[in-house]
Amino acid sequence: MKEMSRIVKTVTNFVYGFIIIFGFYIIAHGHLTPGGGFQGGAVVGSAFALLLVSYGSLNSQKFLKKDILSLFEGFGLILFIVLGFSGLGITFFYNFLANSGGWFGNAAVIGVNPGNMNTGGVIPLMNIAVGLEVLSAFGVIVLTMASAAEFTKKKEKS
Amino acid sequence: MKKIIFGIAFLIFFSFLIVSAINMRTFGEPAYSEMDDYFIENAQSETGANNVVTSVVFDYRGFDTLGEATVLFTAVVGVIALFRGVKK
Repeated sequence: MKEMSRIVKTVTNFVYGFIIIFGFYIIAHGHLTPGGGFQGGAVVGSAFALLLVSYGSLNSQKFLKKDILSLFEGFGLILFIVLGFSGLGITFFYNFLANSGGWFGNAAVIGVNPGNMNTGGVIPLMNIAVGLEVLSAFGVIVLTMASAAEFTKKKEKS
Repeated sequence: MKKIIFGIAFLIFFSFLIVSAINMRTFGEPAYSEMDDYFIENAQSETGANNVVTSVVFDYRGFDTLGEATVLFTAVVGVIALFRGVKK
């Protein structure tokens, strides 16, 4: 994939940080506002796709490392499974942190209210785990396909 | 001949669809709502999360979400396996 024009690159430089921050906001506030791990991860993955399209696959491999993203993907899935197993004293996927007073353990106010970040028990941690997995999965898929397209083009020329 | 038979079969099937659409229950009044009422009343106090949808997805049906995450992981493994011979 060739890099695009200077206008596209300037707008990308301006906007991709905001897109990534918005995605992490959706992930972190998954237990209070609409959204969650999958949706926020998709937003961050779209920022990676924007970087790849505007800078080209050869240039973007300097700052988007496929191996690191692959590592984060496995880490996210393992964290999710470990969180599911750690409630095994009662049932699988038991919310053992909710209303316990510790991490994310405050009781929610019943009724319509803006909400408290420190509630939800194991749900925010699971949101973070799933968000990490989804964003790195999207990045890995896009980067792998881009490098494969580059390889095919080079093979056709020779 | 074949077209006529298929047309008649399609008309019969479509009339059944129309009849069942007319006899459908009005929107927002399900026949059984014990499950919905339980979630709406108890989700905030049981899970501590304000977003009931997230508490259903990640707490009451966490096993389903585990399956979705595994499906995504398998998709990435498939993509990498498909392009594994490609050197950068």
